[in-house]
Amino acid sequence: MQDSFSYFFNQLISGISLGFVYGLIAIGYTMVYGIVGMINFAHGEIFMIGAFVALIAYFIMEALGLGWVPVAILAMLLLSMVINGFYGWTLERVAYRPLRGSSRLAPLITAIGMSIFLQNYVQLLQGARPRPLQPMIPGGLELWTVKTPADTDYTVQVSYMELMIIVITIMLMVAFTYVITRTSLGRAQRACEQDQKMASLLGINVNRTIATTFVIAAVLAAVAGLIYTLRYGSIDFFIGFLAGVKAFTAAVLGGIGSLPGAMLGGVLIGLIETFFAGYAERGSEYKDVAVFTVLVVVLIFRPTGLLGKPDIEKV
Amino acid sequence: MNATARPLDVPAMVKEAALTAFVVLMLTVILVGFELRDVPGAMALYTRIPDVVACVALAFAARIALVLLREGYRGAVIVGAAIVGLLLLIGLLPETLFGTEAAARTARRFMPFEAPVVQWCLFSVTVFLGLRAAIGRRRVRVAEIKEREAAADRMGARVQSIARYAGPILGFAAVAMPVAFRNDQQVMSVAILVMTYIMLGWGLNIVVGLAGLLDLGYVAFYAVGAYTFALLATTPDIQLSFWLSLPLAGLLAALVGVLLGFPVLRLRGDYLAIVTLGFGEIIRVVIQNWYGFTNGANGISGIPRPTLFGLSWDEEAAEGQIPFHKWVSDNLFPIDYTPTHEKIYLYYIILALALIVNWFALRARQMPIGRAWEALREDEIACRSLGINPTNTKLTAFGVGAMFGGFAGAFFSTSQGFVSPESFVFIESAIILAIVVLGGFGSQLGVVLAALLLIGLPEAFREVKDFRMLAFGLAMVGIMLWRPAGLLAHREPTVRLKPAAAGKAK
Repeated sequence: MQDSFSYFFNQLISGISLGFVYGLIAIGYTMVYGIVGMINFAHGEIFMIGAFVALIAYFIMEALGLGWVPVAILAMLLLSMVINGFYGWTLERVAYRPLRGSSRLAPLITAIGMSIFLQNYVQLLQGARPRPLQPMIPGGLELWTVKTPADTDYTVQVSYMELMIIVITIMLMVAFTYVITRTSLGRAQRACEQDQKMASLLGINVNRTIATTFVIAAVLAAVAGLIYTLRYGSIDFFIGFLAGVKAFTAAVLGGIGSLPGAMLGGVLIGLIETFFAGYAERGSEYKDVAVFTVLVVVLIFRPTGLLGKPDIEKV
Repeated sequence: MNATARPLDVPAMVKEAALTAFVVLMLTVILVGFELRDVPGAMALYTRIPDVVACVALAFAARIALVLLREGYRGAVIVGAAIVGLLLLIGLLPETLFGTEAAARTARRFMPFEAPVVQWCLFSVTVFLGLRAAIGRRRVRVAEIKEREAAADRMGARVQSIARYAGPILGFAAVAMPVAFRNDQQVMSVAILVMTYIMLGWGLNIVVGLAGLLDLGYVAFYAVGAYTFALLATTPDIQLSFWLSLPLAGLLAALVGVLLGFPVLRLRGDYLAIVTLGFGEIIRVVIQNWYGFTNGANGISGIPRPTLFGLSWDEEAAEGQIPFHKWVSDNLFPIDYTPTHEKIYLYYIILALALIVNWFALRARQMPIGRAWEALREDEIACRSLGINPTNTKLTAFGVGAMFGGFAGAFFSTSQGFVSPESFVFIESAIILAIVVLGGFGSQLGVVLAALLLIGLPEAFREVKDFRMLAFGLAMVGIMLWRPAGLLAHREPTVRLKPAAAGKAK
């Protein structure tokens, strides 16, 4: 047994790394919502496709004899990011662009349709059963040792995998923040977010900017998919639904439209889920209920989320 | 023939097609090109290169066909699509077409596809292109969405006028159907299933079609109704009959709907959708994990069937009950026992329930509350300024829809005799929503057609069952793109101000 602080510490780290997965997906929701004002319901499925591509990429690398862990992970990362970018682009081009300017509900319904389609597409092509992956990065960083009641030593450690997840995500966030705040692409995106007509009058290609937003969202979801695959070691065609809804909850909690908010919300949701599962009685069975309850409560009492700006409905 | 054909810019066309082919290559190269399969002890990687090649080639050809269509070369596209379609069909159904095993094997060698879904997709694309070329209506490339919605509205209005005659005819057909199939248990089972979905569709139509509230968790109310009856009927001390439980199930579902709706109905449309989805999942997870109350994932079995004034449908009834066939034989005319009697009885129950929902929806449109729903759907802010309380109005729609969902749920549990959380997953909500959407928001007839199409057809063609959900998703997307308001949309206000009164108001 471990003492209560070590237990708390392990839960904390595990919650943060899970929260990063949600945060990376949530950024996709929040970016798309910010720029086109729709919930990209199929985003969870894009994440699931990223996870599958990463998994298949690992087996391809192994078949090519390049199974050395750093190379394999790099290949998984790159391949799933590229392929997912194409999925994001195609999704926008096929299902959402033709409906721009339509009612609010029409794109949401195509999004649900795309979500069902993509789920079954992967299920039919890759099978319905969970696909396992053996742990790629064993071991962990040893932090301190505690005495257990049985008078044996217990070493508190952070697994290298969780450290890697945290490092990758933070690096990605730095790069992403740079793109949004410093490059012309980011400027165009922020301009389209404020006023699409005005942006297009000033020579910004709105369609291309929106498409790029979907591509970036999908690329981040691919990273989330890779992390999920490494973290859980088993994926199936249905993971996108639950992860998608939870990430959306994270986006709402952080304030939809706000990028730091999405990451914050993701980490909070990850922590809530992990701590609820770790501490509440029969918590692991009801952890999804806890997350959904957070969603309902936030929407009722603070629909703009923690960092969001109030959205005034115009006539 | 090609009077409208314009000279082709071949390099541009090839470039466009090559780009499309490249995108399709990237989409398919991993997910279609490789498959992980279980082999004892590990996973093995299989390749499906021919499928990827076929996808890319067809994408290239399809894009060229689209350009040709745009430039007015219809004949070439029809011929090309016919040839490719025929080739694919040979690969798809070799046994049926050639009869012999050897010929089938030869055909397979030409079409070395591993995944049938790829073949079917390619075949559908080809058929679609061929049909479009054959119908030959020049597509307006960037049709205004508003225009398309208006066109859909006009069509919906036309259907509405037809519905005045078609409705009673369909109703009569539905009542008479069991007479024609009185010996076919299979057909009656499918009819009950379709009728259940029609009822659910009509119930959800009140919420989505009339009041414009996108509810992605409708199945939660269905579940509440189903478990209410299941628990009331199987708890030893209570053991209520179906007819007593039915109103209770509806009331409880409505109560749950109102309790949920009260806080969340202030939210805007898409937020509401996600909250209802979350709520549907909460209900399912609770049912799944609350072993002491709902028996968890194992579900509740042994739910009694409804009786007809105390007559049982079994061959040999339990004590104190008389079997239906015996009673009829004794009092009216001799009949033999057949399990189909029970199916027919269940069918009439669900038909009656569905017609009640339909009647209510049609009546409500004439009443102030229904008009308020329709007005709220069109413009919430205007409604508020005219003194309609949006929360209360939405709440009634939500509660009424939930109540009908609860009725359907109670019926579901009595007709199945077994309920488990498996039956109440999100995809059920999506199917019901798809029925409403495909039929056209607010169109009663559209729901019937969509339910026949989406539930009846896959039951009739069991071979394509695997692809059912795939086609479902595609159909949802396609119909939304083609007619954003639904197939038989009916957004015309049911009640209009009299022209004279409108003139005076000016």
